[in-house]
Amino acid sequence: MSARGPRFFAIGVAIAILLTLPLWIANSYYVNIASQILLWAVAALALNVLVGYGGLVSLGHAALFGAAGYTAALLLKAGHGHLVADLAAIGFTLFVSAIFAILSLRSTGIAFLMITLALGQILWGIAYRWVSLTQGDNGVNVTTRPRFFGISLATADAFYYAVLIVFALAVISMAIFVRSPFGASLRGTRDQARRMNALGYNVWLIRFLAFLFSGFWTGIAGLLFVYYNQFISPQVMALQTSAEILLMVISGGTATLLGPIAGAAIVVVMKNVASAYIERWNLVLGVIFVLIISFMPDGLIPGTARIWRSGWQTLRARAARGVRVS
Amino acid sequence: MTALAINALCKSFGGLRVTSNVNLSVEAGERRLIIGPNGAGKTTLFNLITGELSPDSGSIELFGSDITKLASRKRAHLGVARTYQIITLFAGETILHNVSLALLGLSPLRWSFFGNLDRQHHIVESAREALAHVGLETIAARPLAQTSYGERRRVEIAMALAQKPKLLLLDEPFAGLSIDERRDVQQLLKRIPREVSIVMIEHNMDVALDFAEKVTLLHFGEVIVEGTRSDVVNDPRTREVYLGH
Repeated sequence: MSARGPRFFAIGVAIAILLTLPLWIANSYYVNIASQILLWAVAALALNVLVGYGGLVSLGHAALFGAAGYTAALLLKAGHGHLVADLAAIGFTLFVSAIFAILSLRSTGIAFLMITLALGQILWGIAYRWVSLTQGDNGVNVTTRPRFFGISLATADAFYYAVLIVFALAVISMAIFVRSPFGASLRGTRDQARRMNALGYNVWLIRFLAFLFSGFWTGIAGLLFVYYNQFISPQVMALQTSAEILLMVISGGTATLLGPIAGAAIVVVMKNVASAYIERWNLVLGVIFVLIISFMPDGLIPGTARIWRSGWQTLRARAARGVRVS
Repeated sequence: MTALAINALCKSFGGLRVTSNVNLSVEAGERRLIIGPNGAGKTTLFNLITGELSPDSGSIELFGSDITKLASRKRAHLGVARTYQIITLFAGETILHNVSLALLGLSPLRWSFFGNLDRQHHIVESAREALAHVGLETIAARPLAQTSYGERRRVEIAMALAQKPKLLLLDEPFAGLSIDERRDVQQLLKRIPREVSIVMIEHNMDVALDFAEKVTLLHFGEVIVEGTRSDVVNDPRTREVYLGH
């Protein structure tokens, strides 16, 4: 009970900061970085469904991310409207997710990881090599952003708020999912798959549905990405993107709600801000990850919470001793 | 009515016959004890009954219907529940959550994307009831990591009982327990209503002998002796293969 007050307070402060961010950051460059953090956080939250709650480490999610982006970009280029392009993009991403799931859920662990990696590379290869469709390395331009209830999303501030709404929906859906009976079922298959089967659960179907849920939000993140950049190229679908999303999840803390968000913030800030000052920003990012994994193997958010708690207890113990001595 | 009928069941791992032409018939409401030395194929027989392994040949019937080829999870829905010799619990959760998961497995609610599992009253109430049966209701909220080995053994039993099975398979429920804890578990097993047919595996003969009317002795995957308690104890073959003299 006592832990609830500060938690609600912290959530309230976070919401207030996110809502007013463009007001006190006048520079649109930094507002755009905030948009990037939020859209990558959606992708990391989506991957966390499989990695954190399902115990299934995927290295193919960049392909799902890119599948949504490419579908929307190509349909927009062909002259279709935003609604058609976006719905088709999500539909196609779910279809690709289903195929990924059917092929990769034959196994778990390293084999699952390798199959998702291989499937991701196939999609990357298609984007890179099928030049007549995707224009290969040149990528596809998206000339307009959609209008949201008549409001143009062309400015950095307007786009930020659109991403914030989608991000909020993603966080809420994750929070509902984690507490739901289905979420409990998925965590059960992660911890004791064999027992879950004997208890009457369809372990395969639970994992399959979790994969679709993860794929859905990955596709949404891919759409946000393509509208943010107004451009997509095969680089987005490369292994590095999958690895980056996975690093966001692991460094922030798997199977937590805040972890993937914190992880996304670290990666995006390092990529954009630190690269302006340090040429070898990748090295800095690497050092940060090594430090996190060394000192907080369970991730930044659970690690910080643990240190906070133990620090608090030490302080209290010291205070109690102090009282006794005096 | 026959609860469980096993006919000519065979299972080999490579060249090793772990279940060799086993016939077993358990009446509804019966308590059956399966004994045998290490490696006799007792747990394999359980895995075949629950469907975690599939047999090479032979058939398994549950209350008259053939379940030989039925998926393991579907057998749970038909009323087969088991405990594990090696404790197989959800280590990161509370005792109550463990038992709730057992109940959720048989509920259509397990597919529900909405609602909070901890607030599903019928599930939580049934879970508490099952925990009361094994005497753990006062520590239901305790994380499993903070429980003793003996308590975990009882959580295993509570999970199986919560599913209100027709056929309950207990795989060495006394393994690793102190004398006092054994007595507690013996008492709680006696309180299980007679609607439930129970098959229990026990390695140590003295612990569980007074639990069952009928005893089956398994050795190298074969049924060696079957009969009443005294029949089996006094049979010279029992002395030979099991008691070792």
